[in-house]
Amino acid sequence: MDYVFDFSFLESFRSEIISGVRLTILLTVVSILPGFALGTACAVGRLYGPRWLQTAVTIYIEAIRNTPLIIQVFWLFFGLAVLGARIGPFNAAVIALVINTGAYSAEIMRAGFQAIPKGQLEAANCLAMTRRQIFWNIQLPQAAELVYPALVSQFILMMLATSIMSQISVEELTGVGYQVQSITFRGFDVYLVIAALYLALATMLRLCLHGAAQLAFTRLRRLRTPL
Amino acid sequence: MTVISMNSVHTPVAPQTGVQPMVSFRDVHKSFGALEVLKGIDLDVMPGQVAALIGRSGSGKSTALRCINGLEKINGGELTVCGRNLRARDFELRDLRKEVGIVFQSYNLFPHLTVEQNVTLAPRKVNGLDAAQSRALAAEVLEQVGLSDKALSYPEQLSGGQQQRVAIARSLAMRPQLMLFDEVTSALDPELTGEVLRVIGKLAAGGMTMVLVTHEMAFARQVADLVVYMHQGRVWEAGKGTMLDDPQTVELRQFVGSGL
Ligand SMILES: Nc1ncnc2c1ncn2[C@@H]1O[C@H](COP(=O)(O)OP(=O)(O)O)[C@@H](O)[C@H]1O
Ligand SMILES: [Mg+2]
Repeated sequence: MDYVFDFSFLESFRSEIISGVRLTILLTVVSILPGFALGTACAVGRLYGPRWLQTAVTIYIEAIRNTPLIIQVFWLFFGLAVLGARIGPFNAAVIALVINTGAYSAEIMRAGFQAIPKGQLEAANCLAMTRRQIFWNIQLPQAAELVYPALVSQFILMMLATSIMSQISVEELTGVGYQVQSITFRGFDVYLVIAALYLALATMLRLCLHGAAQLAFTRLRRLRTPL
Repeated sequence: MTVISMNSVHTPVAPQTGVQPMVSFRDVHKSFGALEVLKGIDLDVMPGQVAALIGRSGSGKSTALRCINGLEKINGGELTVCGRNLRARDFELRDLRKEVGIVFQSYNLFPHLTVEQNVTLAPRKVNGLDAAQSRALAAEVLEQVGLSDKALSYPEQLSGGQQQRVAIARSLAMRPQLMLFDEVTSALDPELTGEVLRVIGKLAAGGMTMVLVTHEMAFARQVADLVVYMHQGRVWEAGKGTMLDDPQTVELRQFVGSGL
């Protein structure tokens, strides 16, 4: 083993790497909340909606969970372009991430809603609360709390999955890494750095989401219950 | 609209006075599919009265109770609660439920909310109370159940008896005219039933109209103006608490004798 590390590309491609990191963060940040909202709406539709909606939501969830993300992105980007709808690579990437995360979080949230004891909902009904009041005040906070660790994993997986977006010329971290590698031929060093950056980003995202949980779930904070 | 008696003295059924019963079953039938669970129930509960439903498991006590606030739909007969006809269902169920509180065997508290939040959620959302009003209300009803010091605790930090008292306070916070209790002490350790029964006894003494399903014979005899023994979906025997000392039917005699 007489390999000599050479990290000088960090200096020469500094701005490219920073912009790659930024784009990865941006894709993640703008996709998480809409993806979660879409997933929650789908979980509700699948559990409590009319028959046709349950069927429609089930088809959506299964279609997304059983096809590769990259095909979903290609279909949105190249496929829609054929039909004359040009939405741009960044928009295509975000929409694909939202749709993808929506399908996975729908199943996670569905499990959360189902885990709430029926008696609580009956009690709330008997207190004359409306369906809507029960959902926002009793079901949503508890379901989200119950499945929060699974949601965190899902959002981190989504962040890692942004690495395919350079395929439609969204030059996020992986895309930048490929460029640097193809110019410097320092694949070993470059991808070691890229991997370390993803690890750092995932750790940061995890910390942020745990911080958000501390804010959102008052009881966990007060009783110091680990998630 | 029902005429509500301001007189909180427990009176036996007396239709001729012109006071309408708060709950009135007339030949009420209820089936779950092919299984007929209520086979013609007749029962009147006057304002200020306490009625205790007793009987073997499966005799239809819970079902009868759940019909009163519309959790179960009756299939035949007439059921009038707080002046509303539950057969016709020509009203918003939510309006009835603002006036009828119910407490279950499993306390069904909201675990993510503090005791105070549990108690004030419905008053805030349903009746539009503001923060100051709801805090005062919580203080009042928690005092009633003897849990003033637990307002900021979470349900998981309380004993079963305390949780059940919170559930009672949560119902009282809606200022109901009628309270329903379905075996509220059955899930509790024997040493915890007393504190819950004392709260219910105090409510009864304060003139609250109540229908309660219970296995606590001594308690039923003590607080109930009307004891109703249900058997196989029918009111088998009904009367004052003293009827338990001198059962007229073989079934009630066996039931009392079995020590249930
Ligand atoms: N939702 C339901 N669906 C079908 N059967 C039911 C339902 N609720 C109660 N029953 C049946 O009705 C009968 C009376 O039940 P219940 O009113 O709970 O009796 P009790 O409270 O006196 O023990 C039982 O045989 C029970 O299995
Ligand atoms: Mg029962």
